[in-house]
Amino acid sequence: MPLEEQGALTEAVFYILLTLHKPLHGYGIMQGVQELTKDRLTLGPGTLYGALNTLAEKGWIQAFKSKQDSRRKEYIITDLGKSVFQRELKRLEELLTHGKLVNGRKGL
Amino acid sequence: MKKRVFKCFTNYEKEEIWLNQMAAQGWHCVDYFPCRYTFEKGEPGEYTYRIQLLDQVPTHVESAAYLEFLEEAGIQAVASSMRWVYLRKKTADGPFEIFSDRESRIAHYRRIIYMLLPLGLVNLLFGLGILGRWEPINIFNLGGAVLLAMPMVGYYRRIQALEKEGQIRE
Repeated sequence: MPLEEQGALTEAVFYILLTLHKPLHGYGIMQGVQELTKDRLTLGPGTLYGALNTLAEKGWIQAFKSKQDSRRKEYIITDLGKSVFQRELKRLEELLTHGKLVNGRKGL
Repeated sequence: MKKRVFKCFTNYEKEEIWLNQMAAQGWHCVDYFPCRYTFEKGEPGEYTYRIQLLDQVPTHVESAAYLEFLEEAGIQAVASSMRWVYLRKKTADGPFEIFSDRESRIAHYRRIIYMLLPLGLVNLLFGLGILGRWEPINIFNLGGAVLLAMPMVGYYRRIQALEKEGQIRE
């Protein structure tokens, strides 16, 4: 795996990819993330907008053409984005498993 | 009731703090022209203010799309000056930060430095008489170079602090 493709996704990117498994516009993503994390994570509009542009450039998400003529631009995750997301989930699962293992052992 | 205040800032974060202090006293900024602020009297603390340097001027398609997106999120652009926009959100609608992670904050500081750097250099070169013939009036160029350098050093330090933290936290 090339170096650029290694490492953790930022929390913002992770939650953007997660919420975009269904089409959403920018404000919808902000609300979705806030609900999911019970207000722990509030995406700043500058952070979100910058990330959306970068992710679209990378082809992890794309503009979603909705049937009703909507002014607001909606996005949806691409197949490439889904595979990146799945890889990240695996990585996180590994972390979690190992972390719990330590918790289970006494006197470490 | 409206009032005008003449004041100049070189560091936008200090400017933000001042705008929010004014807002806490019920004076809400409704317009900006370089070094001239227009305030309108309202409820103390009704709005939270933030200032952002955009990639493009506010009339550019990209910026227009961003400002529209902000509006949906309940954020209003009250004024702009070149690529700077003055934003506000009702304090009752929750906390207001434009950038919520380290990477985007660093990118914003960098964008400001990249804008200031050429201006500072040109002033320095004129101020030292390297560009053009040196006249006593060029002392103002030197002053300008110093005025531009100060915030740049400030932003650079902020970037360094953020990057250091970035070594241990995502």
